[in-house]
Amino acid sequence: MTTPILEMKNITKEFPGVKALSDVSFQVAEGEIHCLVGENGAGKSTLMKVLSGVYPHGSYSGEILFGGQAQKFSGIRDSEKAGIAIIYQELALVPEMTVYENIFLGNEIRSGFTVDWNETIKRAAEMLAKVRLDVNPETKVRDLGVGKQQLIEIAKALSKDVKLLILDEPTAALNEGDSANLLELLRDLKQHGVTCILISHKLKEVISIADTVTVLRDGKTICTLNAKKGDVSEQVLIKHMVGREIDNIYPTRERTRSDEILLEVKNWNAYDPKLGRAVLKDVSFNVKKGEIIGFAGLMGSGRTELAKSIFGNPDGYDISGEMTVKGQKQNFGHPQWAIKSGVAYVTEDRKGNGLILIQDVKQNITLANLREISHRGVIDGNAEVKVANEYRASINIKTPTVEQMVGNLSGGNQQKVSVAKWLFVKPDILILDEPTRGIDVGAKFEIYTIMTRLVQQGMSIIMISSELPEVLGMSDRVYIVSSGRITGELPIEEATQEKIMHLATN
Amino acid sequence: MAFFSNIQKVLRQNIREYGMFIALFVIMAIFTYTTEGIFISSRNISNLLNQTGYIAVLAVGMTLIIVIRHIDLSVGFLAGFLGAIAAIALVFWKLPVWLVIPLVLALGAVAGLITAFPVAQLKIPAFVASLAGWLIYRGALLLSTMGTGTIIIPDAAFNAIGNGFIPDIPGLEFFLPEVHKLTLLLGLAATILFIISEINNRRKKQAYNFDVLPMDIFILKLVFMSVLVAGITWVLAGFNGLSWTVVIMLIVVAIYHFVTTQTVLGRHIYAVGGNPEAAELSGINVKNITYVVFGSMGLLSALSGILFTSRLQSATTTAGTLFELDAIAAAYVGGVSAAGGVGKVTGSIIGALVMTSLTSGMNLMSIDISMQYIVRGAVLVAAVIFDVSTRTSRK
Repeated sequence: MTTPILEMKNITKEFPGVKALSDVSFQVAEGEIHCLVGENGAGKSTLMKVLSGVYPHGSYSGEILFGGQAQKFSGIRDSEKAGIAIIYQELALVPEMTVYENIFLGNEIRSGFTVDWNETIKRAAEMLAKVRLDVNPETKVRDLGVGKQQLIEIAKALSKDVKLLILDEPTAALNEGDSANLLELLRDLKQHGVTCILISHKLKEVISIADTVTVLRDGKTICTLNAKKGDVSEQVLIKHMVGREIDNIYPTRERTRSDEILLEVKNWNAYDPKLGRAVLKDVSFNVKKGEIIGFAGLMGSGRTELAKSIFGNPDGYDISGEMTVKGQKQNFGHPQWAIKSGVAYVTEDRKGNGLILIQDVKQNITLANLREISHRGVIDGNAEVKVANEYRASINIKTPTVEQMVGNLSGGNQQKVSVAKWLFVKPDILILDEPTRGIDVGAKFEIYTIMTRLVQQGMSIIMISSELPEVLGMSDRVYIVSSGRITGELPIEEATQEKIMHLATN
Repeated sequence: MAFFSNIQKVLRQNIREYGMFIALFVIMAIFTYTTEGIFISSRNISNLLNQTGYIAVLAVGMTLIIVIRHIDLSVGFLAGFLGAIAAIALVFWKLPVWLVIPLVLALGAVAGLITAFPVAQLKIPAFVASLAGWLIYRGALLLSTMGTGTIIIPDAAFNAIGNGFIPDIPGLEFFLPEVHKLTLLLGLAATILFIISEINNRRKKQAYNFDVLPMDIFILKLVFMSVLVAGITWVLAGFNGLSWTVVIMLIVVAIYHFVTTQTVLGRHIYAVGGNPEAAELSGINVKNITYVVFGSMGLLSALSGILFTSRLQSATTTAGTLFELDAIAAAYVGGVSAAGGVGKVTGSIIGALVMTSLTSGMNLMSIDISMQYIVRGAVLVAAVIFDVSTRTSRK
């Protein structure tokens, strides 16, 4: 075995009431791609924050050796100086600045007291070539897609002579083409001597790229596997991650066919005045009682815009077309009317526009239906706690109390709070936008089980998802969206990954 | 031993809430010492509370404005301008007090809605919209007092709002002659009501099987609060009793505390502050909430204007100068977060009391005004640092 570039020994990190990491040891060999997997809340991100100095030396116990030397980082600056760069899921670029300004942000090339912009642009172009990104360095970052922004983050890291590159879920927001491209780049960087730690929930990707895989569970190292020997498979990883084998993560259910149409949309067009372009073109579809409808498509194909345009149009599109909900023509002017008519929408971005992170679990759960727990506008605080505890039990939200701030929960549990909030409005039609994005296998299974239970109780679900296995595993019918149009409708019996991808890239 | 560890636990968990009370207590204790007891005398405390009144009601409204991530700079001169309108209505239009007050309050609410319009409808930053209001109301104040200069108000009923005290129970002059009996009685009633409602609350929670404070801590809390109320009542009863200003302040705080903590409207306001997009998608009309919060701010500005004008018994050309900054400072000292979604009405009242106590105490010590500004600035910054550091350490 080659020499380890990084050794973390017996790392223990505690938060008030929670032991996030207990006695974790972690070794990365020089020049390898080391994948870190585990359920949400397993401690992956915490471990990386300890490494990068976000949690400074002294706030944890244990030892970090990097390049053979004991390190006591007291902040990100220290770890960057040592040659460690971390790229988070939420990108840290300034949208209004150009590509070259972003790449050298905080690391400006100076000549005397001023910034040498010519040299900056030249060097930025070199970095862009390294990450094989063909854009003009003077483009504004906001005009680029997520995939390209991700590459700019990497270029930024490379500009600082990085030795160890940490990527936290880099492909979570990318489509397949961009993902493949990114993985290829990582292999390329490996050839140039950059060591890489990759955190990912996409196990296929892990298997295809990893030299070594370390599995964390409940804040402990479970095992480190050598992927080159070929003893790593999805089943093996899932088993280590959850501590049990999951044969089929999609629960089976009786598919009862009802012909009662709950929601029908015809010739639906939406124009976004802020972007100055049409986001939906002539969309028609229907949802029957007790059905799970899958909306497949690539990122940015218009699925979220469709959901929002139905759900009271909060972004202020100009809409034309016809919508019928439970037999009545509707044109919701505000989400509150959609909710009153029995439509609920669990957003894609739970932190951005789904939950109120600084409020507690109970306040988030009851927010959309305070009427139910209040009399003449006065909230019954005790009834609220009772309701929250019922949902906490019924969909298994792991939190010490319902008074816990939502921001302190793990991603999977935040998603469950989000779902609980919308179940409490007791909808007939539940729109789930990427319901399992960024959550671990165990929590995914729980979400699928909840969905199954709901449709069996007669609810209809619209599931927007970029994960094809999920679409195929859960839906009764699939609509495929591409560039703001519906390019196909497939009953589940006829749907295959290939057919869907074909229609989605149409 | 369990008792002390319980106390420690409760204190640690609620350090932010109790922190302001402790700070106020410390400041009062220091001034009492340095002024050899003059600070805590009935006359001074009564005066101090009356001075706090017109800033405190502004701070209450400002709390909600900051909670929904906005700011309102126009409130100072709006208060001054509406105070002048009240004076003009009383003196020149000869309108009766009972008509002038609701009229001015309504005008205030309308002014608040006007400030809200560009903010809610056109997404103009509140800083800019209310800065325009600041200029406009300043001009309006000068305009309305241009011909006359200071307008002296002869109306006794109106002037009582800022200077008068509630009457005492007649026929009891022989009993405790130096003390205001009705004030004592009200204080006693408030204490009893408080204890009963706390016990009821506790019973209800136990019926639901929820966690409650341990019995010993619960009793300690009741005793502490009762002693506090009794102390304040006793001090006030020693000098004319409750003033109308304090009564109005208490009513405003009670209403706003109730609305923010117990009602759907309050929850919606804090949701908008915590995450406006999530609130909108939860069926909350963010625009309407913006109108409501700015409307209430306008109403309270009018009330502040009435209190101030009544206290001076006249409308002046500079009334309301810097009120907005005092109110904003009181809110921040009271623990309101600039990031939105966090802050309590009661905290802002304590913040306002801290700031006026500083002024009052330093005045008694004859400290120069220049030093007073510097000290108040330091306290503001210290309070916010304390607030931010206790907030992050709880994560």
